[in-house]
Amino acid sequence: MRHDPRLPTEPSLVSRHPDTFVPAAGTLKSAGPTLIKVPQVLPMKPSPAPFGALFSTYDVDTPYDEMFEQTGRPHPHCRPLFEELRVASHTELGQRQMEADKAFLTQGITFTVYGDNEGTERIFPFDLLPRIITASEWRTLERGLTQRLTAINLFLKDVYHEGRILAEGVVPRSLVLSCRHYRREMRGVHVHRDTYVSVAGTDLVRLEDGRFVVLEDNLRVPSGVSYMLANREVTKRVLPGLFDRYQVKPIAHYGRALLTTLRSLAPPNAADPTFVVLTPGVGNSAYFEHAFLAREMGVALVEGRDLLVHDNFVYMRTTAGLRKVDVIYRRVDDDFLDPLAFRPDSHLGVAGLLNAYRAGNVSIANAIGTGLADDKAIYAYIPAIIRFYLSEEPILANVETYLLGNPSDQRYVLEHLDALVVKAVGESGGYGMLIGPHSTAREREVFRDKILTDPRNFIAQPTLSLSRAPCFVGQRIEPRHVDLRPYVLYGDQVTVVPGGLTRVALKKGSLVVNSSQGGGSKDTWVLED
Amino acid sequence: MARYLERAEHTARLIDVRLDLGLDRGPNFDGWDFRRLYAALGLQQKGEAPTSPGALIDQLFFDATKRDSVAACVTAARDNARQVREEISSGMWEQVNALFLQLKQAGTEGTWSARPHYISRLVIDGVHLFEGVTDATMGHGEGWQYLQVGRFLERAAENEAVVDFHFARGSMLPPDHLEWVGLLRSCSALEAYCRCYTADLGPERIAEFLLLNSEFPRSVRFAAARVESALRAIAHLTGRGAGGRAERLAGRLHASLDYGQVDEILSDDPHTYLAAIGFSCAQVHAAAYQSYIMCPIESAIPA
Repeated sequence: MRHDPRLPTEPSLVSRHPDTFVPAAGTLKSAGPTLIKVPQVLPMKPSPAPFGALFSTYDVDTPYDEMFEQTGRPHPHCRPLFEELRVASHTELGQRQMEADKAFLTQGITFTVYGDNEGTERIFPFDLLPRIITASEWRTLERGLTQRLTAINLFLKDVYHEGRILAEGVVPRSLVLSCRHYRREMRGVHVHRDTYVSVAGTDLVRLEDGRFVVLEDNLRVPSGVSYMLANREVTKRVLPGLFDRYQVKPIAHYGRALLTTLRSLAPPNAADPTFVVLTPGVGNSAYFEHAFLAREMGVALVEGRDLLVHDNFVYMRTTAGLRKVDVIYRRVDDDFLDPLAFRPDSHLGVAGLLNAYRAGNVSIANAIGTGLADDKAIYAYIPAIIRFYLSEEPILANVETYLLGNPSDQRYVLEHLDALVVKAVGESGGYGMLIGPHSTAREREVFRDKILTDPRNFIAQPTLSLSRAPCFVGQRIEPRHVDLRPYVLYGDQVTVVPGGLTRVALKKGSLVVNSSQGGGSKDTWVLED
Repeated sequence: MARYLERAEHTARLIDVRLDLGLDRGPNFDGWDFRRLYAALGLQQKGEAPTSPGALIDQLFFDATKRDSVAACVTAARDNARQVREEISSGMWEQVNALFLQLKQAGTEGTWSARPHYISRLVIDGVHLFEGVTDATMGHGEGWQYLQVGRFLERAAENEAVVDFHFARGSMLPPDHLEWVGLLRSCSALEAYCRCYTADLGPERIAEFLLLNSEFPRSVRFAAARVESALRAIAHLTGRGAGGRAERLAGRLHASLDYGQVDEILSDDPHTYLAAIGFSCAQVHAAAYQSYIMCPIESAIPA
């Protein structure tokens, strides 16, 4: 707020300069983290809720801040949000936060945290303040994601058929064949429409210069989309006034778009196809989401034991007898899908499913074997894959990645373990990961041994300074690191639902946004032009 | 009483849905143009339509001088409940009274304006609770059957009006899926529809579901069936025997829906068909009132 000479001591709650919020002189250029300090308008005694007190400890130091420019002014598209927050009190925000939390609890939108012996069901922490993305930023993301997924589908088809990219040495054959998620069983199998990945949830992060880059491709059973939809519902309820100040693109059609995508995958001979969502069961951490999507689409939610394969056709047991199933949207990993083909100890799968699939009598989304393309070592080759199949430059860049199977990379990484992030290639959900700068010497030692035992299993990346967005924490608004997971549907047409799950590392300074590691989420608003 | 509460719930739900859709409006579409809402509620609106959510709620929710406002409906239901206080269960009375008081308090506090969703929820949940308490604590005798007639007659007429509004020619709506979702949600039918037809929204299937579905408790056909069976039960309980005018009218309405074909309804003039349903509902109401409430001397004493 600029100090207005006409109002020397007025503790006004509404500034006369709605779009400026310039930090007091002297606080901006200091060497340490920049604190936006609200100029003290009242010299005698501090008001109990001074103007903008919510921001009193907000620093706009590097990295990129989703709300403020480096100067301390809000980005133009964040002004309405900022104006609302500047006049809001923490009690009011707290009240709305409580309403939101209650809504999630009542709806049963809870998450199971593995490796935690106590209560295991928690609400997925939700931060009230929306993360806002402009229309032009979104267009780039949409084009980039479409390009990436198109190339990935071509890559999967190629690898499981003639293997041109391997023959030409663009991607090393040994890397593909040694991938834990490469499925020999899929060699030469015709996948309807050559669509291997029809549902992707790509993790993006924003770098210091404001560019989005891809951190991970989730191409097996990406989760979180129900949180995206639920967050929007709740935000519209608790902050309708703020929502009304923006033109936010709607996302509620996701369920229908998913159904349309699945419909385009149905085997050609299925006249009126039957769809099911295959869940591992109520014990799964994402069970809420499986039920949610089945309900949104109006299709049955089944477990492996509800299905059976006869004569290479898949049937669902119903009270009225068996019913043929044509498309399975599966939320069960490859490993557990068919005990005859993969893990024999799996109780979650359906015996004979792979054969029915190979016979072309049932479609499975995502296809079996897509995990190959989200192996973190293959990830390093995605830009090359895009160039190879599409003869285009990647629109969305990758994060620099070191392959530990590669001797020179390995030497460098082992010397710089304290500065890098090391990840196991086949893991997700923030498990199996070492964050160098936040690690102890002991942890690094353990990882060094792991790496040396199985170098192919690890990659390393520089520790990124993820962008930060304002969050309502305790009684203040403070910046927290966020990422973005948009959901891409790939069928007859590519649909990127305008929004995504913005995940937040709610612990101050933390870089881990995974829900299984105590992260939270926010609603993500993509603005209309 | 049941009729007023049904209307209060319906109005609250339509307001809730409209305010929610208004937030998702496209850039070239005024989400706060409430003329559509009035039309869908079948209300004649005098003067200017409100142009903000706050003004809308003031008018359609809390303005007790407007007889169609939610507050007026709840007040009227409470007055009715008072008159038959000894016939209904205490649970029912307390529920309708509590709803009345909560609404009144919310209106004076004015806390609703920032989050209109919650005030709509209050009424919708309150009415659902009343229905549950009624079914669970009152004998399912004559009095209960009257409540059924009121509730389902109102429901049939309301849903007919909403469907009519969406399907009538020259409707004021942009033809997008958002509005179809809105129609289904206006009848609490979105999830039930998806269970029945999957999430593919087709106007024909939506019309079929809302008018002709036999299982969904808010379809017009379901409501007509309930009205007919309640009137038959009343005729039996009051010793009038079968075949009274109200019962026959209700039976005819029900039968026309039982054997209705959605393609025919939509290919002819849907408005005429739907208006006829509305007219039948009014006739049933008049006939039932005539037979059981007015009890004119000519019909009471055989000549």
